[in-house]
Amino acid sequence: MMAETGILSFGAYVPRKRLQRSVIYAANSWFAPGLRGLAKGEKAIGDWDEDSITMAVEAGRDALTGIDRAEVGSVSLASTTLPFADRLNSGIVKEALNLAEGVSAIDVGGSQRAGLSSLRQALEAAAGRTAPHLCIASEMRITCPASDLELNAGDAAAGLLVGTGDVVARFVGAYSTTADFVDHYRSAGQKYDYVFESRWIKEEGHVALSVQTIKDGLEKIGVAPASIDRFVFPISSKGVAATIAKKTGINPDAIADTLIAQLGEAGSAHSLVMLVAALETAKPGEKILVLGFGQGVDIVVFEVTEAITRLAPRRGVAGSLARRFADSNYTRWLFHRGLVDMEKGIRAELDQKQPATTAWRHHKGVLGLVAGKCSKTGMIQFPKSDISVAPNDRSQGTQEDYPLAEIPAKVMTFTADSLTYSPSPPNYYGMVDFEGGGRIIAEFADIFEEVEVGAHMQMVFRIKAVDDVRDFVKYFWKAAPAA
Amino acid sequence: MARGIKDKVAILGMGCTRFGERWDMDADNLMVEAFDEAIADAGIDVTQIDAAWLGVGFDAMNIGPSGLPLSIALRLPNIGVTKVENYCASGTESFRGAVYAVASGAADIALAMGVEKLKDTGYGGLPVRSRGTTYDMLGVTGSGPGNFAQIASAYRAQYGIGKDDLKRAIGQVSVKSHANGAKNPKAHLRKAVDIDTVLNAPMIAEPLGLYDCCGVSDGAACAIVTTPEIARALGKTDLVTVKALQIAASNGWELQAAGGWNGSYFHTTRLAAKRAYDEAGVTNPRDQISLTEVHDCFSITELVTMEDLFLSEDGQAWKDVLNGDFDADGRIPCQIDGGLKCFGHPIGASGLRMIYENYLQLLGRAGDRQRQTPPSLALSHNLGGMPSQNVSSIAIVGLADA
Repeated sequence: MMAETGILSFGAYVPRKRLQRSVIYAANSWFAPGLRGLAKGEKAIGDWDEDSITMAVEAGRDALTGIDRAEVGSVSLASTTLPFADRLNSGIVKEALNLAEGVSAIDVGGSQRAGLSSLRQALEAAAGRTAPHLCIASEMRITCPASDLELNAGDAAAGLLVGTGDVVARFVGAYSTTADFVDHYRSAGQKYDYVFESRWIKEEGHVALSVQTIKDGLEKIGVAPASIDRFVFPISSKGVAATIAKKTGINPDAIADTLIAQLGEAGSAHSLVMLVAALETAKPGEKILVLGFGQGVDIVVFEVTEAITRLAPRRGVAGSLARRFADSNYTRWLFHRGLVDMEKGIRAELDQKQPATTAWRHHKGVLGLVAGKCSKTGMIQFPKSDISVAPNDRSQGTQEDYPLAEIPAKVMTFTADSLTYSPSPPNYYGMVDFEGGGRIIAEFADIFEEVEVGAHMQMVFRIKAVDDVRDFVKYFWKAAPAA
Repeated sequence: MARGIKDKVAILGMGCTRFGERWDMDADNLMVEAFDEAIADAGIDVTQIDAAWLGVGFDAMNIGPSGLPLSIALRLPNIGVTKVENYCASGTESFRGAVYAVASGAADIALAMGVEKLKDTGYGGLPVRSRGTTYDMLGVTGSGPGNFAQIASAYRAQYGIGKDDLKRAIGQVSVKSHANGAKNPKAHLRKAVDIDTVLNAPMIAEPLGLYDCCGVSDGAACAIVTTPEIARALGKTDLVTVKALQIAASNGWELQAAGGWNGSYFHTTRLAAKRAYDEAGVTNPRDQISLTEVHDCFSITELVTMEDLFLSEDGQAWKDVLNGDFDADGRIPCQIDGGLKCFGHPIGASGLRMIYENYLQLLGRAGDRQRQTPPSLALSHNLGGMPSQNVSSIAIVGLADA
C-alpha cells in the first residue's frame, strides 16, 4: 500500500492580548454608530513587537512540537500582510526555526485564501517530495479605524506539517474555482482595504460561489456532503455558513465555530487556524471540509486518522486562546499598528541602522538564537566567541552550535525601565539563565503579571527594533513568561 | 607581583568646576575653569607640563575625537595629549595615564583632565548610543537606571530582603548624599530631601525612583601630578600621594557564563579593591580607609559597592546605610561632597572630581563639609558600564606619610 498523504502535525499561535471590541466602539461610536452590532467579544492583537513573520515562527514552532527540525524539507508562508515585499519572509522563518540549510522556502499571498491554497499545493506536491513541508499562514491586518474590518479582524497564525506516512489527517481531495469576484481589494503599497457592499458580497460571493464550489468539488472528490463532520468556513458573516450547509446538504451541526468572539478573522490564515482548532478536538474517522474564499473558492477535504490520538500535546489554538490578557487600551493598539502618532521623545532618535554584513555574519546566532557549546569543557555561551568564556579554560575554536530557543529559562535579574524608549513602556528586561547552561541578557515580552527573580520564561521570536529611516525590521529573541 | 604605584607620585594641584547645567559653557570653557584652579594650586607655569591625558565618556556627543580639544582649549605647548574613554572610569583613567607617565620617569609633570558636556543632548539622563553593530543586534540597550536596577532584583533575591526594606535603604543613601551636597557650593543639586520625598518620587526603573538616580551634569575636573621630590622642590609641604590605582575590566564572564556570577554584586569592583588594598598596603580597609567617594550613579550601586569594597559584610550594607555608617559623621563617610547624586555626574570628570574631594579633605581644605576626624587615606571608585559588564576603577590617595 502506498504511504498516505496528509497532515503529519499542526500548531497555532494567537497573541495573548485581546482587545475588547467594546472599547473600539466606545471610541468611534460618535462617528460610526452603526458598528454597534459588531462591538461584541474580543479580538486577538499582536503586541508592538509582533508581525506576520514573528507569529509565523511561533505557529511553526508549535507545529514542530516533538519533530526533528532537520526532517523538514521545505517551508511556505502565506499572508497578505508580510513585512517585506522583496525579501524572503519565509526565509526569516526558516532561520528562526533553525531549519536545515537545504530547505526550499516560498512566500504566498495575493488573496484571503492564500493560506488554504498553499496548503492544497503542499498536499498535492507531497507525493513527489522526500521530506515534509511546513505550511504556515499568518496574518496581521492593518484596518482603518471605524471600519467593520477593524472590529472583525484578529491576528493569528497556523502551521501544518504536510507529508506522507503516519498522517493525523489523510488528504482526501481538493477542488478550486477561480473568478475575479472583487468583494474588497488592497492595491500594492496601500495601507487599507477598499470594501464593497456586504449584502452583495454575502449573496453573490460567500454563498453563491461557495455553494457551487462545494457541490462540484465534493462530487469530483467523491465525498457525500452529508458525510462531512466538520465544515470549516472562515467567514463570520451571520447565517452564511448555515445557508451554505443547507444548500449543499452538509449537516448544520458540522459547522465549525469561526472563533470570531474570542479571536476575530485572521484573514488569509483563518482557514488554517480554524482547521487546526478542528483537528485539536477531532476524532479518528471524522471528515473535515475546509474552505478558503478570495477571488474564487478552494475546498480541501481531510479524514482524521487514528494517529491523531498519539500526537504530542501542544499549545494549538485552544491553548493560545486560554492564555489571554484582556486589553482595553485602544489608543495603544492604534499606535502599535502605526495608525496614530505619539510623541516618542528624543531617546527614540537612536539610529537603528542594521549593517547587512554584520547581520549576515551573525544570522544564525541572532535569528536562530544558536549559542556555542565548548566541545572540551561543555561551557555553553551566547554569543559564540573564538575563546571560550570558561574562567579556567581558554579553549579556542571549540564551540559547536547549540540552539537555545526551545530551552526553558529562569529570570536572574530584571527591571521595568520607564526611561529608555519603548513603544510599550515600561521596558522589561533582564538576565535569564537557561536550563542546562547558557545565559543572556534579554528584553522581556508579554509581561502581563508581576515578574520576579526565578520566574520561568520561554524564548519568543520578536521584533527587536525598527529602522524608520530605512524601513527595516530587526528581529531577535525575547524572554516571555512560560506557559 | 608588580611593585605598584604607592608614594611614587604626588598631587601638585587640582581643580574642579561647579557642576550643573552650565548652559553658557562649552567643554572648552569648562576645561579652562578647572585648569585655572589647578595650575594656581600647583604654582607652576603651563610650559612645565610634559604630557596630558583627557578623559571623556561621550566624545561623539560633545567634544569629538582625539586629544586636540584639551590641547586647543588650554593652548598647551604642543605636548603629547592622549584622549581616553573607559565608560564612567574615564576620569580615573586619565589620572592613571598622567600618574603612570610620572612614575615611569617619562614625564616630570603631567596633567589629567576630565570633562563632559552633557546638557547639549536635549534631555536628562545619559545619551542613548550604540554599543557596536554586533551587540546592537543581540544585547539590550537599556537606560542607565534600567541596567543598574537589575542588581537590586538579584541583591534582594540573594539575601531575602523585602522590597520595602531595600527601597528604604537605597532611599537613605540618597537622603545622606543630599544632606552632604547641600553644603557644597560646587554641587549641582544643593537641596536636602527627606526620606518620604525619595520614596514617593516617580519610578524610573524599578525599584529606582527619581531620587535614586544621580544628576547628569556639565563639568570638568583636573589634576596636575609630579614626583614627591619635585613637589617638595617646588615648595609643597603637605603632600598627598597616590597609594593605589587599579582598574578591572569585565571579560564577559558575568554576562555569559551560566552558574557563575549571581547578579548581586560587582565582580570587577571586588577584584580592583583587593588589588588596590594590596598596592596601598591596606590590610584592614574598615579601619584604615578614612573616606570614600564611590560610584553612586544609582543608590543601589553605592549600597552594593560598600560590600564590594569590603567596608560592609555581604548582605549587610543595607542595614549599615540605615544605621548611618556612611553619613558625614559616620564610621566611614561616603560621598561627603554629595557624590554623583548631588555633586553631579559629568562622566569624564567624575573620577577626578572624587579625587579632588579626597585631596581637599586630606589637606583640611574642604570648608563646611570638612570631615572632623582628620582623614589619612581616602578611596575613590568608579563603575562604568552595567552590572553584568563593566569597568571598575579604584584610586586611593593619602597623606605622604600615611
